[in-house]
Amino acid sequence: MTSIQAEEEIVKTMEDKRKKEQSLFRKLIKNRLAAFGLIVIFLLIITAIFAPLIATHNPNTMDVTKALLGVGEQGYLLGTDNFGRDIFSRIVYGSRISLIVGIAAVLFGAVIGSLLGVVAGYFGGKLDSVIMRFMDGLFAFPFILLAITLMTVLGQGLINVIIAIGIANVPGFARVVRGQVLGVKESEFIEVTRSLGAKHRRIIFQHVLPNSLAPIIVYATMSVAGAIISEAALSFLGLGVQPPTASWGSILKDGKDFLVLNPNMATFSGLSILITVLSINLFGDGLRDALDPKMKV
Amino acid sequence: MTEAILKVRNLTKHFHLDSPIPFKKSDQSVKAVDGVSFDVFQGETLGVVGESGCGKSTMARLVNQLIAPTKGTVELNGENLVDMNKERLRVFRKTIQMVFQDPFASLDPRKTVGELIAEPLVIHKIGNKTSRKERVKELLEVVGLRGSHSGRYPHEFSGGQRQRINIARALALNPDVIICDEPVSALDVSVQAQVINLLKKLQKDFNLTYIFISHDLNVVRYMCDRIAVMYLGKIVEMGTYKEIYEDSKHPYTRALLSSIPKESPNEVKERIILSGSVPSPINPPSGCHFHERCPFAMEICKIKSPKLIDVGNGHQSSCHLLELENNPLEAIPTKKKEEELKCH
Amino acid sequence: MSDMLLTVENLEVQFRSGSTLTKAVNGVSFSLNRKENIGIVGESGSGKSVTATSLLRLIPDPPGKITGGKIIFEDKDLLKLSDKAMRKIRGNEISMIFQDPSTSLNPVYTVGNQIVESIKTHQHLNRKEAKEKAVHMLELVGIPEARKRFSMYPHEFSGGMRQRVMIAIALACNPKLLIADEPTTALDVTVQAQILNLMKDLQHSIDTSIIMITHDLGVIWETCDKVLVMYAGNVVESGTVQEIYDNPLHPYTWGLLDSQITESVSSEEELSTIPGSPPDLSLDISGCPFAARCPFAEEICLKKTPEMIEAAEGHFTACHFQTKEHRLDRKEEKVDDRSNIKS
Repeated sequence: MTSIQAEEEIVKTMEDKRKKEQSLFRKLIKNRLAAFGLIVIFLLIITAIFAPLIATHNPNTMDVTKALLGVGEQGYLLGTDNFGRDIFSRIVYGSRISLIVGIAAVLFGAVIGSLLGVVAGYFGGKLDSVIMRFMDGLFAFPFILLAITLMTVLGQGLINVIIAIGIANVPGFARVVRGQVLGVKESEFIEVTRSLGAKHRRIIFQHVLPNSLAPIIVYATMSVAGAIISEAALSFLGLGVQPPTASWGSILKDGKDFLVLNPNMATFSGLSILITVLSINLFGDGLRDALDPKMKV
Repeated sequence: MTEAILKVRNLTKHFHLDSPIPFKKSDQSVKAVDGVSFDVFQGETLGVVGESGCGKSTMARLVNQLIAPTKGTVELNGENLVDMNKERLRVFRKTIQMVFQDPFASLDPRKTVGELIAEPLVIHKIGNKTSRKERVKELLEVVGLRGSHSGRYPHEFSGGQRQRINIARALALNPDVIICDEPVSALDVSVQAQVINLLKKLQKDFNLTYIFISHDLNVVRYMCDRIAVMYLGKIVEMGTYKEIYEDSKHPYTRALLSSIPKESPNEVKERIILSGSVPSPINPPSGCHFHERCPFAMEICKIKSPKLIDVGNGHQSSCHLLELENNPLEAIPTKKKEEELKCH
Repeated sequence: MSDMLLTVENLEVQFRSGSTLTKAVNGVSFSLNRKENIGIVGESGSGKSVTATSLLRLIPDPPGKITGGKIIFEDKDLLKLSDKAMRKIRGNEISMIFQDPSTSLNPVYTVGNQIVESIKTHQHLNRKEAKEKAVHMLELVGIPEARKRFSMYPHEFSGGMRQRVMIAIALACNPKLLIADEPTTALDVTVQAQILNLMKDLQHSIDTSIIMITHDLGVIWETCDKVLVMYAGNVVESGTVQEIYDNPLHPYTWGLLDSQITESVSSEEELSTIPGSPPDLSLDISGCPFAARCPFAEEICLKKTPEMIEAAEGHFTACHFQTKEHRLDRKEEKVDDRSNIKS
């Protein structure tokens, strides 16, 4: 039949067109800043994984005789801190803490926040009001105070840092996801699925969530940067990971007392935070542009 | 005619408006559908026409229980769907399916065509993976696409093809009744004709019953056996397509028909141009909702709402003019009268 | 020739997005006399709206660009004018009404304010005079209680009323040309009848030519003198409305006319259709753009783009098989099997 042939033709031309269109990754790479961000993030992950191979010294070995050395002195790439520990190695190991806390805390916040957001947005009504007012309350609570309270209750430690920062991330995700779900919920295909007799669980997990994913991913990426800063801030206040474990925030904190004598400690740990956060944000921006529905996903 | 497969009685939906004062229930409500009753017979197509805001889409969603009605009953094969428990309703959903207007918005962009068409089967736990795959292939071929297309995503198809996919999905459960909510109004003319032909063919092949909702009077005339004309939540006239198009007894239907654009540059059309547009359903006019725009409005129309009166041949109309001895509407020529004149 | 208001020659418009280049309008030519109405009919993606918007140079750039042709409006080539000179023409000598009346008015200003603004941009009137003129325009387009409605906001108007306001704004400066881009598509049938009636009435009282863009042939029969049939960025046929209806020549026009559902189509017979969908304009099309869907297509159609020829006086068409010497027969048995074409 000719009509079948014609249909086939349309599908073929559509396919040709698809091939011409660029994949998400291509679009990302084309954006130079995003590509830069991606490369830095990649290097950072490599550094964290292979920290023992990259570090030139044991990050926790103290040698007071070699305290506060300058850049490059006696084979210490970035000098030493007040206890004579190699700053370069401490920063390399610190990247582990930053990445673990950044990713784990955001995951924690994303899972709980998204669930709450989906439920609030999808079912609406009283449930929505209760959940979102609670989130508003959480938002209004000063983060540092929240963290201090939690640390006091739970005690210090990596896991507790993750939980504290994770909880602080929950309301943000809940809001983003709820807003997204409110939009997707009104789509005709959701009504279609309801008319087929599907249960809520199926509609939420098969249709609503997958279609809300793009902004969640972008928000999560940006949140990792925020979580890394939060971790540094907590460590700076002495609420973070226990010493002597190296973390960028704690190196910065130690460095602030020796800012005049030896600015290397504060400078290099601060620079690490700066470059990491900047790269993640650049990457996140690029990701958002690439995922923008107006530019075709 | 055979037994009615679907009996709708006094179907009503009032949407309550949010009150401007918080925590206080508003007493304002929109009477989106207001006491609608009709029967649909096995194998026929019932057309529902009306302008935007007349409640035709809400009515469709009330019939298949996507929205719970405020009042009234919907009997499918003798069982009332209203107030039916959830599980039983899920079973009944199989027999009544829906095709929506927008071929772009009605397909989840993140699922393949195969997954979309198989979804009703998965929901109702019919068959296993292989049998579903077979069924999807078969359905795609039924609607004029290739079975090999099942792995593709909706955006790889044109508007007309997507509407075919929607139809395939609606057919998956072998339904008795399909409600088509403006299925062709988003399509181009040439593609529209393809989809209408397909719907007609499927009706014959599978003995389907359609409720066909549209604002396009020509499409409705072509598709439907019987037609219901809605205005502000009420059916104002109902009858076979011949009766409605050739011998309408309601001034609103007459006006609707006369506003169909010309068929050719030579045609001279006597138009009843209505003033204004459909009033807000929040505060509908008193009495007959149409009286403010009706060129024949009388005093009684402002006070009393007319009832649907049987005028013969299964043709019902609700207009106070029908109670008059010399109905001014009868003076206006209709197709039927023209033909009668020709015969004499 | 002083009767000539607008001549468009070989207009080409392209859109670029990333690496894809879409040839939305591909060499469109037509001319329009004073007080004449021309209709442009076509399916979505045929380039009819793009043609109209490019007459006012309102194509968003990027991604769009007018890449060739001439638009001669009263001896001026609009494509060569400066932006400033172009602004003087927009809304003053040529104005436009759009499809969706609910989004083309600014919701934060009163309706009257918006008409006054457009009047004051082009005419040297003080606020009071401009207001009088605006009220007059509202009365002209049939808005009851115009003085009261003047200070109301767009959301207090119905769709049909908003479209009337748009028409009032468009006609406020007595334009010589009014471009109406699907002005009734978003409206209900009874309201559509009102608006079309209004446009016809107004034309008798104001000397304005209209370019009516629509997908609905019925609207063309109602309002136009001449018609352009567009397909895939090309004009495939043009002529007077009467000619096109009585004696259409291009197979696409036949398909379009045949697939209309009108009162004379019996519900017993199957609707005739054009198989397939319009081509994707971002891909290179060689030959006649309609060849892939044309039941009469032969090898030449896939290779050579047909030229516009004058098949009868004032009636142009672009088809290899419609010449003065040789004609295709519309009722000819359609060749359903296109296997004779090598693609």
